[in-house]
Amino acid sequence: MRDSFVYLDHAATTPMLPEAIEAITAQMAMIGNASSLHTSGRAGRRVVEESRETIAQALGARPSEVLFTSGGTESDNLAIKGTFWARRDADPRRVRLLVSTVEHHAVLDCVDFLEAHEGAKVTWLEVDHVGRVHPETVRVAIEADPDSVALVSVMWANNEVGTVQPIAEIASVAHEFGIPMHTDAVQAAGQVEVDFARSGVDLMSISGHKVGGPQGVGALLARRDATLVPLTHGGGQERQVRSGTLDVPAIRGFAVAMRLATANLADDASRLVVLRDKLIRGAQDAGFGVHVSGDWEPGDGKRRLPGNAHLLVPGCDGDSLLYLLDAAGVECSTGSACQAGVPQPSHVLLAMGMPEQQARGALRLTLGHTSTQADVDAFLAALPAAVERAQRAQVATSTQNTSRQKTR
Amino acid sequence: MRVVAAMSGGVDSAVAAARMLEAGHEVVGVHLALSQNAATLRESARGCCTIEDAGDARRVADMLGIPFYVWDMAARFKTDVVEDFIAEYAAGHTPNPCLRCNEKIKFAALLDKALALGFDGVATGHYAQIVESASGARELHRAVDMNKDQSYVLGVLDEDQLARSFFPLGDTPKPQIREEAATRGFYVAAKPDSHDICFIPDGDTRKWLTDRLGEQPGNIVDADGTTVGEHAGAYAFTVGQRRGLHLGQPAAGGQPRYVVEVQPGTNTVVVGTSELLGVDALTGDHARWCGPAPEGVVPVGAQVRAHGEEVPATAWADRDQVEVRLQRRIRGVAPGQSVVLYDGSRVVGSATIAKAAASRPPAAG
Repeated sequence: MRDSFVYLDHAATTPMLPEAIEAITAQMAMIGNASSLHTSGRAGRRVVEESRETIAQALGARPSEVLFTSGGTESDNLAIKGTFWARRDADPRRVRLLVSTVEHHAVLDCVDFLEAHEGAKVTWLEVDHVGRVHPETVRVAIEADPDSVALVSVMWANNEVGTVQPIAEIASVAHEFGIPMHTDAVQAAGQVEVDFARSGVDLMSISGHKVGGPQGVGALLARRDATLVPLTHGGGQERQVRSGTLDVPAIRGFAVAMRLATANLADDASRLVVLRDKLIRGAQDAGFGVHVSGDWEPGDGKRRLPGNAHLLVPGCDGDSLLYLLDAAGVECSTGSACQAGVPQPSHVLLAMGMPEQQARGALRLTLGHTSTQADVDAFLAALPAAVERAQRAQVATSTQNTSRQKTR
Repeated sequence: MRVVAAMSGGVDSAVAAARMLEAGHEVVGVHLALSQNAATLRESARGCCTIEDAGDARRVADMLGIPFYVWDMAARFKTDVVEDFIAEYAAGHTPNPCLRCNEKIKFAALLDKALALGFDGVATGHYAQIVESASGARELHRAVDMNKDQSYVLGVLDEDQLARSFFPLGDTPKPQIREEAATRGFYVAAKPDSHDICFIPDGDTRKWLTDRLGEQPGNIVDADGTTVGEHAGAYAFTVGQRRGLHLGQPAAGGQPRYVVEVQPGTNTVVVGTSELLGVDALTGDHARWCGPAPEGVVPVGAQVRAHGEEVPATAWADRDQVEVRLQRRIRGVAPGQSVVLYDGSRVVGSATIAKAAASRPPAAG
């Protein structure tokens, strides 16, 4: 058993900030349903509304634009299904969804669902080799038939390769045609500067545990004029679109974390960019022909998320590397979605034009507020042995290998 | 030692992993994803690679506090097991895919990957025993629980593979393993055993084959060549089979008729009365030896089905080929089945049956 481990998977979840833990713990001792009218209820409600104001302020939104949800996935579902149904109800021609090919599954699977069950038509927005959507791509897609578009959805920053999208430009293209725009900003909020109002987007998904808050809470920022068909019905909380008793402690912790993450953003980002660049350079210098995917320029923290390093190691399966690094005390990710834990080649990398074989050797290392130079050093120390073994394992299991098929 | 515990999500492999850990080994749980469609949810107690099974395996690994991974071997499994299974049936044979899986996947692809990653071996929940001989060689033996003994499906392992294999359940009767699982708090303790073929979830092998090979109508003929019926594909028939022939007219004498031969070349199924089924001379190829290959004619026990009876016999091996003479006739032996040879409880090796015949014509009845 190891004594300590190196955590390089902040994009999956980042450790809770002590201030958030303190706030949640204090709130858990309090009684009160934020919907109740008595004193305890009012106390809970006050915490919720203050948290709403804090989050709104941190992200350039108005408090009334913040709808609390259970997390990024629910926010994406509400934004996409809710808008699709509302826009189609208003005009039955609006069945087209314009969605980038590199979205998180919380978006992709909503779109698949609407296509399979609700007659939605999808126009996929292609990306370039670094995973970026060009505003011109969006314009061409809209112009094919502007009246049929229900929604444009492009993520603010990609969760695998860290590419930051030109969200404001894309939003302004959509608005030229009167089409609403959603962005999944789960990975971007607290990492790069995110201003809801200035970006021009109508809907934005954010999550608590990616900014040092608790898991199980998030929000959808929705402009007052964004109409949404609710997905959950009941008590009518959150502007009647998201019924359900609010999780007051989680919301309070979320707000504390979001405030701190955005307040410290500039300092954290420049520190992480330095560590990230050292990590990437070190991996490249290890001599295995490691390739960096996405948009990497040393020193830059605006076009790529400051804490994101995404490496492609030739001749390896990412899952072997993952196991070997884990055994060496380094925790990271392949970055791609799993089905029953089976690593599939990442749809993001394939969309960027990468061959499947290369995409299988993906390793995502994401730094965050607790990351140090020692973490980077530990990873670089563990990498060579892991790569050597992973390369041998790939040879052993390739479908071409028939060594065992010979009889003695 | 550092050992991969292959964890299917069932009770046996769960206890096997726990026992390896308790024996002081460093254990990592690995679930093999073998299905082309990993999203298949459980339909019955049959399948072995559903999301639910992976989840069950993961839960046990969590309880044991060991790392757990899912390794995707679907491509290898498809080539080496599923396609082989289809090709064998198309050739009129009756294969046992579990042996192929053990030979090509669990104790080859999985074992090789584990060794490459720095492990020393693989442990599974098979009911069989590894016994170290006086000379230090690792021998494969039957489990103590003869109702559960799985040495038959392991008869394809060679010395190198056995040297890296661990079967921690072989010394214990199955009911006790369930009790042990319950004592350990594994909620899979009462999970039904998997059976049949894992990649045919509803157990309907004939329909599954028809979906892949298409309908191929042909004739059912008597031993003298008279056409007595029709079929939708000779591949779906197995020697010894009685059901599903749908013969319009009864045989002379009214005796029940069975499939006695499948002729893929002419897409013909030959039927006959039961005495035509008895065979005692088997020719096998693709011989695999669990230890040194036998020299000369040796007395053995021969078993032709996973849970079949062992019949006294003699065997003579010549490189890849084995000739087996049974001391009495047995019925329903189809080409493609494996014959596994025993010396007492020790597994000597196995071969795939290419030809099964009666050494003398059946006595006139």
